Amino acid sequence: MESSFLLEKLQGNFPAKIVEIPDAHNLLTILVDAEDIIDVLRFLKSDPELQFIHLTDITAVHFPHLEKEYAVVYHAHSLIHNIRIRVKVFLFGPNPEIPTATVVWKGANWMERETYDFFGVNFIGHPDLRRILNVDDMEVFPMRKEYPLEDPNRVDKKDLYFGR
Amino acid sequence: MSDFISKITSNQPIFDDNDPQDELITLNIGPTHPATHGVFQNVVQIDGERIVSGVSTIGYIHRAFEKIAEHRPFYQITPLTDRLNYCSAPINNMGWHMTVEKLLKIEIPKRVQYMRIIVMELARIADHIICNGILGVDTGAFSGFLYVMQEREFIYEIFEEICGARLTTNIGRIGGFERDFNAVAFDKIREFLKRYPPVLKEFEEMFVRNRIFIERTSGVAAVSAEEALDYSWSGPILRATGVDYDVRVQNPYCSYEEFDFEVPVGTTGDVYDRFMVRNEEMWQSLRIIEQALEKIEKEPKGVFHAEVPDFYLPPKEQVYTNMEALIYHFKIVMGEVDTPKAEVYHSVEGANGELGFYLIHDGGRSPYRLHFRRPSFVNYQMFAPMSAGMLISDAIINMSSLNVIAGELDA
Repeated sequence: MESSFLLEKLQGNFPAKIVEIPDAHNLLTILVDAEDIIDVLRFLKSDPELQFIHLTDITAVHFPHLEKEYAVVYHAHSLIHNIRIRVKVFLFGPNPEIPTATVVWKGANWMERETYDFFGVNFIGHPDLRRILNVDDMEVFPMRKEYPLEDPNRVDKKDLYFGR
Repeated sequence: MSDFISKITSNQPIFDDNDPQDELITLNIGPTHPATHGVFQNVVQIDGERIVSGVSTIGYIHRAFEKIAEHRPFYQITPLTDRLNYCSAPINNMGWHMTVEKLLKIEIPKRVQYMRIIVMELARIADHIICNGILGVDTGAFSGFLYVMQEREFIYEIFEEICGARLTTNIGRIGGFERDFNAVAFDKIREFLKRYPPVLKEFEEMFVRNRIFIERTSGVAAVSAEEALDYSWSGPILRATGVDYDVRVQNPYCSYEEFDFEVPVGTTGDVYDRFMVRNEEMWQSLRIIEQALEKIEKEPKGVFHAEVPDFYLPPKEQVYTNMEALIYHFKIVMGEVDTPKAEVYHSVEGANGELGFYLIHDGGRSPYRLHFRRPSFVNYQMFAPMSAGMLISDAIINMSSLNVIAGELDA
């Protein structure tokens, strides 16, 4: 299956809701709104022509410089047609919210818990949204860019000093 | 008294509802329990020997690799990947190198690709040796484990010959290897191909038709293909359910498409099938290594890295004498090389399943975001739900057949 066919099919089913993001490595990347995400994922999984039965990964990215600060990224894989897709949803901070994908794939459970743990993305409807790798009484979401790994006064690792 | 005896003889419960024996017992398996083979905890509620419900707690060796990776140049992230699945560190290393090479669009010479395949398949064998050996130990057969451990030791000797390290190998560089395989390394790989098959044969004969082993594993923790896919399983345990998904075949990397090998699949997805799939994968890995050695013979000798001076460190002795080498050395070590802004997802077939690297790069010195798709983490989430209704002893061997490696679980 060609990724152009996949994109056309998605855009035909969700008119004006799917935006393609160009990707340098030929992995079809689409941008979806948070309210449509479950419909799109469910369509990807259950459509007999597509059959994205394998959820590869869910994670998030923090872009503090953007208006919508958080991106939740889904990778799914259609094992039958051997094509992968990346679905992105951008969310407003500081308390991003998105419906849970556990209603589509059960395997989303821990992936979403991990994403919540590190980015504070609230997956609405998740059966058990707790921290998973960090301690329960932690108060921050450590993968957000405002939490430095090292002493923020260190200058030897700043791009600024390397002509960038 | 006669009432009591008649109850026992007619298989009636001898306790009534008000007896305290009906209460469930809470049992902690882990965090440091010999059965978990790593640092993670399961709190289970048991009714006699049977598990009623369980909760998995993980994160005891979480080391924040994803955060650390945002502050490191690419070549310094390789040692972090060592510590994911430390039983087969070379696969993680190679997966990371290939991710960066995909980002930088570096073409790798064929000979280097075959060398990588040899290293990765050796690592796969080493990992499966651990898993199947330990599965034997957990079912009560200790000696098989010792037979194959010796061969794992020999694989580590080969790694030592190639890169100087044994467990956390940090093997290879972005663009190839740090040095060519020497003659001793090639000899040892050939020796391994000769000495391992009889040992593996002996090992598999000890288990495959062993009545005790079959009764302990057959039908235990059987998972259907639909359920396994729903839980995003990958790797040998998914193949044991009958789904022939192998990243080496579906999305070939390192010229795997040129190799002739089979993807073993099971039928019922129980512990016995998982054992058999891993066992057969070791035979297939041997076949792949054999073919790779043949193919290397036909390639030009002495090629062990791609010509990418921007990313591949020059030989150290040149750095002190040659101006150009010094400049490249400085640029690479200080992260001064321009890199494209792009997103890459690359996955390799790790010993436990699909090991993915999702890299977002903004052109800086270190990744903007790096996410590891760790097969153990994804596979293990089904453990607690599937344990409900299982005997404790079955849950233990189920856990060892999932091959959960704590380092890969927690990252």
